[in-house]
Amino acid sequence: MTITEKQQELLDELDLFQDWTERYEYVIGLGKKLAPMDESLHTEDRLIKGCQSQVWLESTTEDGKMRYLADSDSVITKGMIALFVRILDNESPDDVLSADLSFIDKTGLKEHLAPTRANALTLMSAQMRKGALEASQ
Amino acid sequence: MNAFDPYTYRDDFPILAQSVHGKPLVYLDNAATSQKPLPVLNASRDYYEKLNSNIHRGVHHLAQAATAAHEAARETIARHLNATRPEEIIFTSGTTDSVNLVASSLGRSDRFVNGDEIIISGLEHHSNTVPWQMLCERLGITLKVIPVLDDGTLDLDAYQELLSDRTKLVAVNHVSNAFGTVNKVVQICSQAKKFGALTFIDGAQSLPHMSIDVQDVDCDFYAFSGHKVYGPTGIGILFGKHDLLCELPPWRGGGEMIKEVTFEKTTYNDPPFKFEAGTPNIEGGIALAAAIDYVNKVGLTHIASHESALIEKAAAMLAGLDEVAIYGPPDRTGAISFNFEGIHHYDLGTLLDQMGLALRTGHHCCQPLMARFGVSGTLRASFALYNTEQEIDALEAALKRALMMLR
Repeated sequence: MTITEKQQELLDELDLFQDWTERYEYVIGLGKKLAPMDESLHTEDRLIKGCQSQVWLESTTEDGKMRYLADSDSVITKGMIALFVRILDNESPDDVLSADLSFIDKTGLKEHLAPTRANALTLMSAQMRKGALEASQ
Repeated sequence: MNAFDPYTYRDDFPILAQSVHGKPLVYLDNAATSQKPLPVLNASRDYYEKLNSNIHRGVHHLAQAATAAHEAARETIARHLNATRPEEIIFTSGTTDSVNLVASSLGRSDRFVNGDEIIISGLEHHSNTVPWQMLCERLGITLKVIPVLDDGTLDLDAYQELLSDRTKLVAVNHVSNAFGTVNKVVQICSQAKKFGALTFIDGAQSLPHMSIDVQDVDCDFYAFSGHKVYGPTGIGILFGKHDLLCELPPWRGGGEMIKEVTFEKTTYNDPPFKFEAGTPNIEGGIALAAAIDYVNKVGLTHIASHESALIEKAAAMLAGLDEVAIYGPPDRTGAISFNFEGIHHYDLGTLLDQMGLALRTGHHCCQPLMARFGVSGTLRASFALYNTEQEIDALEAALKRALMMLR
């Protein structure tokens, strides 16, 4: 599945929910299903600066594909980063760099977020691209 | 039975009628800023419609009318604080500005020598911490901190131990913005005075909830912000004892604060003008006086008893929820701070917002206090005269729903 297809699939899933509580519960659930990130990886250099809650991101490459591990002390933030991981994990650095991540605006989640948290989404995607940029060089 | 009915006053606050995310707004973030009643909104508008003109020195009618209104506002605030004279009231942009004024002016005086100490408390807002820290760094003097006990009150035995002949200033808040703790400012000031120390009280969180008599507190300085007491943002007050204001040097230069200017030497105006360089927030001062009049019309005694009933109800409601930690002493004023085990305050605040409830999450500009309690932040509900018991019920329902989603 391409990144665009994965995005569409996610949007279709979110469309199933009418109620904001269900959307949030779904996103929180996605966060809970994220691959566990060992506490020893919760280090200062993996911390995404500028978020109100703590978010850690580890970018590595495996067989030419980007692999992302992420965690947060906030379950909503963790759910949000799970959206990105689902879209970008296991993709080539070039595909990550060229991906259009505006899908997040279509989820209807961003408008429910405080500006500080919406900003955190931008910081998260920027950090994931940064990992891809380093891998592609 | 509580004779005070908040519904009588809610119509005075147009903003409260709105919906948020399709739900009725429940505004419980009053410690951050309070909403403004119609008499305050009208005072702002009236000023620009009927009075707008630059104050002092103007010979024309509007300038004189605006000056009279501005100075009448000063008198209203002086009476409200029971200052001995209006000249003890300085208009600033807010509590933060008032702290910086005092810190900066003291820094230019000859009151400090090497080895001197300033005492603040562990309950302080960053506004009543950082300006003193900056002053200490600049002068090479020491900042001491009164520790906070587990119940969120100050350790006044430790305070007694901290006081010495080296203590030159004690700066504490009257009411803690984070926990609602009411500090024993009369005692704190009288103990400081025994060592000849000056006293500064941050009243940002006390003014909306209780009558303040600066002569009774017997502090040297008392500061507050207009916007937390139903007035506009960008206006605040510094009360200072008159003798002290005469003695201290100005901190900002400009128009209004001078007596005479030549290129060789400038002589300064008398207080309060010495500390009010530039065109002040004229409309803000007038609207703040309207807010003070409003509060007095409603009656601070009624407001205080209504709000403490709300806080008690909120505390009892919270205590009934699982795995809750409530901070601060039971006799709190204005605000109640809490957390739930394993739940990020930010997540809870986000979900409450979805249900129309405005609460504050985070460190409340009190990072050292949060560190003292080993948390990154709390959720805080804070109250005003227009809050209702039904809103506490709405908070309970919303918390239960949010906790179910997060657990």
